[in-house]
Amino acid sequence: MTTQTLKSGAGGRLLDALVLVGLTVLVWQALYEYVGDSALTSPLMTLDYAGSLVRSASFWSHAQATLIAFACSLAISIALGVGLGLLLGLQRFAGDVAEPIFVALYTIPKVTLYPLILLIFGLGLSAKVAFGVIHGVVPIILFTLNAVKNINPVLLRASRVMRLSRWQTIATVLAPAVMPELITGVRVGFSLTMLGVLIGEMFASQRGLGFLIINGISLHNVRMTTAVILIVVAFAIAANSLLLAFDRRMHHAASS
Amino acid sequence: MSRKAAILWTRAAVIVVAVAALEILCRAKIISPLTLIPPSEMASALWELIASGKINDDMVQTFSTVALAFVLSVAVGFSLGVLIHALPRVRRALDPLLASYYSIPFFVFYPLLIALFGLNTIPLIVIGLVFATAAMVIATLNGLDRVPRVMEKTARVLRLSPTRAIFTITLPAAAPYLFTGLKLALAYSFIGVIAGEFILSGGGLGFSIAYAYNNFDSQTMYALMMFVLVVVTVVNGVLHVLEQRMLQRRAGR
Repeated sequence: MTTQTLKSGAGGRLLDALVLVGLTVLVWQALYEYVGDSALTSPLMTLDYAGSLVRSASFWSHAQATLIAFACSLAISIALGVGLGLLLGLQRFAGDVAEPIFVALYTIPKVTLYPLILLIFGLGLSAKVAFGVIHGVVPIILFTLNAVKNINPVLLRASRVMRLSRWQTIATVLAPAVMPELITGVRVGFSLTMLGVLIGEMFASQRGLGFLIINGISLHNVRMTTAVILIVVAFAIAANSLLLAFDRRMHHAASS
Repeated sequence: MSRKAAILWTRAAVIVVAVAALEILCRAKIISPLTLIPPSEMASALWELIASGKINDDMVQTFSTVALAFVLSVAVGFSLGVLIHALPRVRRALDPLLASYYSIPFFVFYPLLIALFGLNTIPLIVIGLVFATAAMVIATLNGLDRVPRVMEKTARVLRLSPTRAIFTITLPAAAPYLFTGLKLALAYSFIGVIAGEFILSGGGLGFSIAYAYNNFDSQTMYALMMFVLVVVTVVNGVLHVLEQRMLQRRAGR
């Protein structure tokens, strides 16, 4: 690809993003006109209030609480998910036994487990982290497992022909081959862990952005709720765009 | 014993051992009865609930809502996926949105949906639909992406009409990914609907679980949690069997 097409591609992407944002704002404004002040604030008002929130210290203490819980659960989800996924992917029999169980776990509406999590972990950081992990770990396991399972058999046969040891096979054949899928898994896990932490905060916490949202709903502070949702969504989309760019680069490198 | 049977038996054994371990831990009071009741008590409480017919209405409401959300999300998601696949520019613009989709806590929009549609099952269907559609869109895009170039070229060489190419080449080639989409859409329909019921509604299984929790009625709560778990697992098991059968047919060709 020449620099010329790269440039126009990046410009086009920026334009696309702007059009998408513009459309969203239009729909939002139309919805606001339809439902009125009782359920939603207008885009401009929300942006204004979000601006003043971001400048306030109390918001940052809540944001910090969320970020700490999120970082902990993401770290646990990735370590646990990749580890188990690799293990189950390599042990084909164990993988075949376990995969439907994990798919079933993935399907469970985990919000219903919140009484159980509260009873085990009590209120606070550990319950939030547990919530994040139960949401985030399963997709990472499944993506890693499937990446290892669906690896091109020719690659493994080649490594056997070259008489590579198990660790050499993992380091030089397996890891590079599963990396793109693994990054995709981490990206999905990232999103779901965040969802889990926020839901955990909504029910089981007195701090954090999820708490601000649910507190806004119960106090009928529509301004607060809408502004915090906007900030959370903006953060999620920004973080994911970064991960997506990385993901694409991995897949591109793998396919070329 | 064939490998397949061995897998099934091992899986059953793993589940039985896990449940038995839980039962023993609860019976021995290593896990406090305030935290968790033994699975056998959950089952007997569930049996009584079902026999008494108290949860019939909740069951009908939840399952019909999930079914509607699932069917709609698959139809909408597949159509959108095909449409977006045909328009690369739209797709490029939508990609970051699709990728970030599941990090958005949709349940916070639930009060807004109630303001729009009223407190009935429509907000639940919409939240299930909104939650599940993206999974189907993403699966459809994935499936269409992975149709091997060679097959597309073969279709052109054989001068197949576009419709025939779609039905004989594109759809079968994309089928495994579409099936993944179906499974995810079902999962998300369940999650969306039950979580919505859990938060704000006047009926359904999620509502009953939350109601039992608030009344410290852990028998009913765990019975219903078990019920949801078992139903979801059984439906999943059926889908898994269907998927395996499909993959085997493909491998046989």
